[in-house]
Amino acid sequence: MRCDVAILGAGPAGLAAAGAAVAAGKSVIVLDLGTRPGGQYFRHPNGKPTKELAGLLSACRGTRMLLGRKVFLVEQGPPSTIHVVDGEPVVTDSVIIATGAHDRVVPFPGWDLPGVLTAGGAQALWKGSRVLPGKRIVVGGTGPFLLPVAAGLASAGADVVGVFEANDPRRFARFPMTLARNPGKLLEAAGYLGTLARHRVPIRNRRAVVAAHGEGGVTAVTVARVDADWRPVPGTERLIDCDTVAIGCGFVPQIDIALALGCASEVAADGTVVLTVDGKQRTSVPGVYAAGEVTGIGGVRMSLAEGAIAGRVGAPGPGRSARQAEFARALAAVYPVREGWLDWLAGDTLLCRCEEVDYDAVRAAAGLGARDARAVKLLTRAGMGWCQGRMCAGAVACAINVPVEPARRILAQPIRLGDLAEPLAEPTEESR
Amino acid sequence: MSDHITFDGRQLPMTPGRTVAAVLLAAGVRSWRTTRVHGRPRGLFCGIGACFDCLVTVNGTPSVRACLVEAKPGDVIDAV
Repeated sequence: MRCDVAILGAGPAGLAAAGAAVAAGKSVIVLDLGTRPGGQYFRHPNGKPTKELAGLLSACRGTRMLLGRKVFLVEQGPPSTIHVVDGEPVVTDSVIIATGAHDRVVPFPGWDLPGVLTAGGAQALWKGSRVLPGKRIVVGGTGPFLLPVAAGLASAGADVVGVFEANDPRRFARFPMTLARNPGKLLEAAGYLGTLARHRVPIRNRRAVVAAHGEGGVTAVTVARVDADWRPVPGTERLIDCDTVAIGCGFVPQIDIALALGCASEVAADGTVVLTVDGKQRTSVPGVYAAGEVTGIGGVRMSLAEGAIAGRVGAPGPGRSARQAEFARALAAVYPVREGWLDWLAGDTLLCRCEEVDYDAVRAAAGLGARDARAVKLLTRAGMGWCQGRMCAGAVACAINVPVEPARRILAQPIRLGDLAEPLAEPTEESR
Repeated sequence: MSDHITFDGRQLPMTPGRTVAAVLLAAGVRSWRTTRVHGRPRGLFCGIGACFDCLVTVNGTPSVRACLVEAKPGDVIDAV
């Protein structure tokens, strides 16, 4: 398949980019792993897109949507070739990376029990399938995203026991002008707080879920007060009965495909690795653009704006909003992930879920001289499993006290050798 | 008669449009895999296709992410 502009990701940034590219007269293909357009933000039950999503989709009419496709490699061009596990490759002049982000979770004892899931995962289950992950839910971690997650679950009928925010949102007081310039964000937060108040859901700041308990699944958590560095304050632990824990500490941009292409990256204010772009959303690789959370976590409005710029593929037009970028920087300052979480680990707490590598094993590797994540991986297998280190890379780096490095993966998805040998053979996994 | 899937030989009710993970959770199944090293139960974790904790076998195809694929009436789901 041939097109002028291929967009990886059908979320807000990808769809905004598609709309702009269509408006510029380009032929456009959008690829996404999900089976419905909209990404995480516009996730919706079957056949029921929201009004805003319907508007975005109508603006990119003419775009070819390839949904449920697993892109595992992009070969640099131009023209670039996008390789898909279960279909024909896409050949394109320009590539726009809009692959979004997934939740960042810091480990705690019991975080591998069934019933512990990410905040985004809990929300996605309700938004996409109208199923609640449990009846009595504890929401914890850090960041403003915990509020819509808790409000959504409570509105859907779950008993949300509490929202435990490890940071102190009163730090926003240091950014009065930023807040004044972003009144929409305050209104949005007020809406969620109102919903939580109506459902009598307590919000406790400077509290963290420091352990989950249970045998075949979670039946309780321990919540403790934490200091500014997230060290649990002894004597403040409280046991809370629950059947579900929704946990999230911000987001990790999904940039593997772009890194494999050679796109330059940098460490953002929140400590995650993001793609480096210029004012036209160009990456360091000619013909490759990036928009949305892959350039730094900034929320849906910023993603839509960046997508619209990227979709022009270099043509002049309005640039990014300084106001939105300023708000994103304030969020990173108010909701950091602090290394005190290491204090709530036990020696046998898993850091790597896939390969079941615990904190003791990672420390032992460091004791043997491992000074980076790769050395730890070679000694312990941490990061070698199915998720390719997506879930554990940040935790392992923190545990051995080194900065997170950009992930170097040749293939962005685990694929079968047969898929490589015979790309058009019998469909596998989600493509059934 | 309402729609069903078969999970480990049991009939579970299903609603079309839901993911396999959602159908299992709605039926009270929280775990559908045990880990290789310690034999620990696992189910849904990231919920969006990034962590691969929720792998199941669907109609004989192994290693399917239960959070991504939509269940269809009559699907046969087996624990990995």
